[in-house]
Amino acid sequence: MTKIGILALQGAVREHAFSVETSGAEAVIVKRVEQLEDIDGLILPGGESTTMRRLIDRYDFLEPLKAFGQSGKPIFGTCAGLILLAKEIDGQDHAHLQLMDIKVARNAFGRQRDSFEADIHLNGIGEEFNAVFIRAPYILEVGNGVEILASYKDKIVAAQQDHYLTSAFHPELTDDHRLTEHFVKMVKDAKKELASS
Amino acid sequence: MSKTGTDRVKRGMAEMQKGGVIMDVVNAEQAKIAEEAGAVAVMALERVPSDIRAAGGVARMADPTITEEVMNAVSIPVMAKARIGHIVEARVLEAMGVDYIDESEVLTPADDIYHINKRDFTVPFVCGCRDLGEAVRRIGEGASMLRTKGEPGTGNIVEAVRHMRQVQSQIRQIVGLSLDELMVFAKENGAPYELLLQIKNEGRLPVVNFAAGGIATPSDAALMMQLGADGVFVGSGIFKSDNPQKFARAIVEATTHYEDYKLIGELSKNLGTAMKGIEMSTLTPADRMQDRSR
Repeated sequence: MTKIGILALQGAVREHAFSVETSGAEAVIVKRVEQLEDIDGLILPGGESTTMRRLIDRYDFLEPLKAFGQSGKPIFGTCAGLILLAKEIDGQDHAHLQLMDIKVARNAFGRQRDSFEADIHLNGIGEEFNAVFIRAPYILEVGNGVEILASYKDKIVAAQQDHYLTSAFHPELTDDHRLTEHFVKMVKDAKKELASS
Repeated sequence: MSKTGTDRVKRGMAEMQKGGVIMDVVNAEQAKIAEEAGAVAVMALERVPSDIRAAGGVARMADPTITEEVMNAVSIPVMAKARIGHIVEARVLEAMGVDYIDESEVLTPADDIYHINKRDFTVPFVCGCRDLGEAVRRIGEGASMLRTKGEPGTGNIVEAVRHMRQVQSQIRQIVGLSLDELMVFAKENGAPYELLLQIKNEGRLPVVNFAAGGIATPSDAALMMQLGADGVFVGSGIFKSDNPQKFARAIVEATTHYEDYKLIGELSKNLGTAMKGIEMSTLTPADRMQDRSR
């Protein structure tokens, strides 16, 4: 069975695990570097990106996570996960994994009182997707090869670059599993491809 | 159409804090230490609970200057406390843009009967509880996050353990009740039936439940996680210890890896003295913050 890890240093892990299982893959809670060897794809969940980065550094996760992505295995980052994936973060000298060619702004929609939910259109995935934005970031710029999957009020809120998928909102907080299903399919396709190459 | 202040948005914010540590801070400098150590949020206060205890008198919402200073210092969410039932303190905090309000028994209650109707607010609230009835009453009033009360400012984990065990045990209990028994449970515990039914069917609370009130060491934090907490609040424990920086980091790591005993052992080495702590039997009824609200 296809195994999808959820990086469980901090954040909304259980919800992603449920969504992954509902979408037809096995969910694995990842707390140690060596667990990356046993999974076919990885989700970087929502939470606090500063907390996650601190724990990533503490447990020497940074290079193994980069290598995981560079080996061709898919990664899906939501909210804080989007910030971890970005090549550039507005107003900061240092970014994190830098796997996706995107520039992002943190807490760009405002503080918690400005957090909201809205129906958005996800290109190639579906209409009327209920997206939950919590102190959410958005994408300011994308490089060549990055496909914009969704915008909200002209701000880019979901994108895909080859085997990397990202959203500023939280698909795991609703019962609509279409985006997770899309990711599960990406992982299954990549697994086949990596097995045959 | 976009909607702010929905249950999903308010409860979801707390979901993002899971597995994390929320630290009490009284100024920008402490807030930065907390953020650097990996706190998922900070609670801006005028005094930490142990100092509130020592000072006596009436404890109120912090001077907004302190809260603003903390909000400007860090990028992680900032929480702040309002007195129980003090609608205006809560509105002031909401207007300032605080990310979460703690309607807290650590401050002197403004209303000894009613809690705030938290559904009226866009900003989410966290409230304390000692048992499932109290937890469900707060959810009924619109709390989007809970924390077991423990006994704040004591550095003594015993009350936090009691409350977390009680909540978890009562959840397991109602899962096994028939519907007629559930109605009597609702009556006896003063808890809304429909919410209890939802908890019975799902086997868990509909909101995140952190532990609070007495966590003073990395092992304390890990203990609360093992008992079923979604995360921990550490009040006086960090900045009343000898080495706050090291202490804060150790508590963050112990919360993430709460079943890695070798690691927790390592984290506990040479931390310096933890806060002194208070034995429960030495507290008078008036000293017990947990009993200030029901």
